[in-house]
Amino acid sequence: MGENVKVVIDADLCQGQGRCFSIAPGMFTFDELGNGVVIGDGTLTPATMDLARLAQANCPEHAIFIEESS
Amino acid sequence: MTDKPRVLDFATDFDHTDPEWVNDPYPIWDDLRERCPVAHTERFGGAWFPATHAGVSAIAKDTENFTSRDVIVHDGRPTEEDLPAPIGLAPPITSDPPFHQIARKLILPAFSPGVVNALEPKIRALCNELLDDIIAEGVVNASMDYARLIPPAVIREMLGFPGEDMDIFIRCVHVITESIDRPEEERIELFAPVEEYFRTKIEEHMENPRDDLTSFLLNAEINGEKLAVEHVFGTMVLILVAGIDTTWGAIGASLWHLAQHPQDLARLVNEPELMPVAIEEFLRFYAPVTMARLVKADMEYLGCPMKEDDWILLGFPAANRDPVVFKDADHFIIDRAENRHVAFGLGIHRCIGSNLARLELRVALQEFIKRYPKFELENKDDVTWAQGQIRGPRNLPLRILS
Repeated sequence: MGENVKVVIDADLCQGQGRCFSIAPGMFTFDELGNGVVIGDGTLTPATMDLARLAQANCPEHAIFIEESS
Repeated sequence: MTDKPRVLDFATDFDHTDPEWVNDPYPIWDDLRERCPVAHTERFGGAWFPATHAGVSAIAKDTENFTSRDVIVHDGRPTEEDLPAPIGLAPPITSDPPFHQIARKLILPAFSPGVVNALEPKIRALCNELLDDIIAEGVVNASMDYARLIPPAVIREMLGFPGEDMDIFIRCVHVITESIDRPEEERIELFAPVEEYFRTKIEEHMENPRDDLTSFLLNAEINGEKLAVEHVFGTMVLILVAGIDTTWGAIGASLWHLAQHPQDLARLVNEPELMPVAIEEFLRFYAPVTMARLVKADMEYLGCPMKEDDWILLGFPAANRDPVVFKDADHFIIDRAENRHVAFGLGIHRCIGSNLARLELRVALQEFIKRYPKFELENKDDVTWAQGQIRGPRNLPLRILS
């Protein structure tokens, strides 16, 4: 495919609303302040894409991005 | 409660303490959203109320034009001298950048999901004790005898005052959030015993530090210096005020909903895995907390001629009902999958206790419906709602069904 799709949290936008790591605990966790953190390098597969989109759609701060890079 | 004239037009003369707003604000907000969408009032010395998600979001995130120096709308205004007074300095909710971030980072770790989740067994045990104490003659006051008693017990536990009389905590909250139309001197007088109580507790903790939030605050440092006692005191008051009526309101409103929607109640009883999603919809639909800001300087904003020291009543509950952002916004959908609600605010002042609030709400509902899987409102007209910026049922008689 040559394409790599990743889920990313913009740390400047994240305010620790806590939705991502509740919805997708295998994909996100939290730091000592309670802000969201992506587990690993965030690479998504067709199997995990929907979950990432669901987390994105529930972030009140619009801090979650799904980025494609070739 | 007061002799204030009733509101005839909420667009030009709104008052969030008006009985119409207190009893059922949603139709008012729907109307304002279509007509204004920013309402104004000369009451409280001048205030604005954006009814849309976009308006609420813009102001919540704009710390250049708005200050959080005071977050409870009332007739007076904070001055430099009275900052330490009852309503005053409660960092970080009443702080602006750059101090805000320092004060906030200090206490965030005490409310992180890891720390808070460790309280779950204690909260569950507490809920069951309360349920054991209820002698249900067929009718339970789910607000006064259940929802009301959970948050203060949890906060008491965190601050480290086990076994203390809970009335002092509850009174502290009510002086601040519900006596907004009393004269300033009277409010200070009402608050005095609460202040004395906390000062004594702080002294006790200074002499004899323990493993609790009070000692955590007393040990915390900014730039290598311990926090001023005023800062510790202010933050303790904040934790009480922000942590008690709010969660009480959320638990109460959720039970009020379930009492009138037997299908939703049955789904939660039969599909316990639905609870986390349902919690978010309860929070969206019945968000208890409306915040406030003060306008920093005269300006035109959202098309409105705002004046320095005008209030902004920041209606997160109204934003949560905006159809531009939420599909079928005026419908409660228990399994709503996409739910970007703003019950805990937006931007740098996001509720620090949100993880704790969710936990309390979840456990309180789980234990209640486990004990009472079927119930209904005893009498619709007996339900009363809190007046002010924190919304929730105060009196909630539920008839337990078999």
